[in-house]
Amino acid sequence: MSDDNRFDAGLRQRDEHLEPEAEMDLAPSGATAGAELASAAGAAGWSPDALLIEHRSLWGEIWRRLRKDKFAVLGMIIIAILVLVAVLAPWIAPHDPTRQYSEGLTMQGMPVGSNSQFWLGTDPLGRDMLSRLMYGARVSLTVGVLANGFALILGVVFGLTAGYFRGWVETLLMRMTDVMMAFPIFLFAIALSTAINKTSIWVLVLVIGIVYWTPMTRVIHGEVLSIREKEFVDAARLTGCSSPRILFRHILPHLVAPIIVYTSLGIATTILFESTLSYIGLGVQPPTPSWGQMISEGQSFYLSAPHLVLYPGLCIMITVLAFNLVGDGLRDAFDPRQRRG
Amino acid sequence: MSAATANGADPAPASGDVLVRVEDLRVHFPITSGIVFQRKIGAVNAVDGLDFSILRGETLGLVGESGCGKSTTGRAILQLMRPTTGRVLYEGGDLAHLSGKRLRRQRKRMQMIFQDPYASLNGRMTVSDIVGEPLLVHRMGSGKERKAKVRELLQTVGINPNTLNRYPHEFSGGQRQRIGIARALAVEPNFIVCDEPISALDVSIRAQIINLLQKLQREFGLTYLFIAHDLSVVRHISDRVAVMYLGRIVELAENATLYEAPMHPYTQALLSAVPIPDPEAEERRRPVVLVGDVPSPVDPPSGCHFHTRCPAAREGLCDVDDPPLVEVRPGHYAACHLITATDFPHIRAGEDDLAVVAEGGGAT
Repeated sequence: MSDDNRFDAGLRQRDEHLEPEAEMDLAPSGATAGAELASAAGAAGWSPDALLIEHRSLWGEIWRRLRKDKFAVLGMIIIAILVLVAVLAPWIAPHDPTRQYSEGLTMQGMPVGSNSQFWLGTDPLGRDMLSRLMYGARVSLTVGVLANGFALILGVVFGLTAGYFRGWVETLLMRMTDVMMAFPIFLFAIALSTAINKTSIWVLVLVIGIVYWTPMTRVIHGEVLSIREKEFVDAARLTGCSSPRILFRHILPHLVAPIIVYTSLGIATTILFESTLSYIGLGVQPPTPSWGQMISEGQSFYLSAPHLVLYPGLCIMITVLAFNLVGDGLRDAFDPRQRRG
Repeated sequence: MSAATANGADPAPASGDVLVRVEDLRVHFPITSGIVFQRKIGAVNAVDGLDFSILRGETLGLVGESGCGKSTTGRAILQLMRPTTGRVLYEGGDLAHLSGKRLRRQRKRMQMIFQDPYASLNGRMTVSDIVGEPLLVHRMGSGKERKAKVRELLQTVGINPNTLNRYPHEFSGGQRQRIGIARALAVEPNFIVCDEPISALDVSIRAQIINLLQKLQREFGLTYLFIAHDLSVVRHISDRVAVMYLGRIVELAENATLYEAPMHPYTQALLSAVPIPDPEAEERRRPVVLVGDVPSPVDPPSGCHFHTRCPAAREGLCDVDDPPLVEVRPGHYAACHLITATDFPHIRAGEDDLAVVAEGGGAT
């Protein structure tokens, strides 16, 4: 066939598929079978009845899929509410979270339960639980998301590099990971905080990020090792793709599932790790509230005043659940095989 | 290398225009031990000294058992695996020492069709992204032109261009293979390595893909290196056929010659395993049944790699010396001591035609 003929055929085809505006995927299997048969017959090579699916951008498609997932939407709503509460805490909190109210304690000095003044009761120092939870969301959410994001970036960068380039880079990075994993986490966190000689939320983010990048690196590294041997990576290399393009266009999209699952689970661990670090005096300092810190403060009262651990515990649980729901939805939305309609 | 050429073991016929020339190609995979400091404790000699040429416009079939190094050869030619030693000349320019940008630019000239159509397409990209990526990477045309080109390519390989925004999982194996072929054609290559392109497909689809490959070869003047273990398919599509055993070429000849009058004992054994669709002929012939397995390429046998299974191997000769690949008849190359020895029964009739070669020549 000459070039001109092929060009004409292409034009004809373009004209044809402007007409059908019906829903896509009417009969994909029938159409494919038809295409095979037609080419077997040596005719046009494909059946004309497959309809053109309009092109959507990748992110638009993912967002569309995510919106259809009721649980993911629920998770997003919960996260939105939590973020709103954290941001608006100074304006919507009924009390000052650090003020010790004398009416917040019983005659015996015990925290009071729910009443009209303190909706969720008070803590052992007579401070309002609800206000403290609202302010605590600021610390817990920031640390949870940022520390995880930090660990995620380090883990993905190191894991991708080690798994893709192999050789001495891999040896260096992975042995470093092993050493980090073998190191006592608390000792490391204490040493790091002492070295920085400051206690703030950013130190927490840094410490937790550095501690948690190792498992992420391991996971990513393992995945990359298997994906880089797939034929489509060879095909990309043959095509003339540069290494960054192969890494980000061909390998990274296949890592979305493990990354999302690991990160959404990691948020819970991180929020709890923050409480542990705050408990031993690193990170957030009293009287600034954080959920983890509230649990550790309340644990000695859990028999007489269970609400001290119950409410912050519920907050952590709801947060984790919300992130997991969104993570689940994202993972499915990223998988083209899950896309329908 | 020069030694091989000197003693006539250079399977580049005088006639025809050489597109790809492989010289003393070796691919050894190191076996290492140790965690931090890795020591090399051995090597898998997957490809162990190949010399051959591929002529412009021809289809060179490459056959052999599983694990004989066929695919590695194809990949080493395309520099997907870097050769341990040796040269791969494409239109006279060595590819084995190119790297980075210069190699990527050369990639436009040669492509590959993969065995597994399920693994060779990125499941997270649409058909239009997959077929259009080579165009994008080599900056061929504007966005609109690329889109038109993708449609044209899909049409060429028999895929409805309207399906270009679908994902690979929405296609059958045969259609996926067509998409892979469209991707390979996108950069308008001259040379395509077909690495068992039909082994993973349904029998009913195979003929379609073979016919498509032949149609494309006529249309675009392509040169193929067709790797397969299916001898009848290779016979159908190839102009010349090379037979590999344990990392080496044991015989290379014109299609008809190789199938009608194989010289190497291994080729004879391979061909005798192909069923003949004629019960009487099938009844009459004496199949050569090889005993044992292919030896490990980690520790290949001394001398002729095939001597451990060869029905006619001679002690003191075959297990000591490497037989060079020599031109036994014009255009017919074989690596076997017994062919060059005058009293070998298979070829006694054609004795006068035999090229006389000094033992211990360069080609291994």
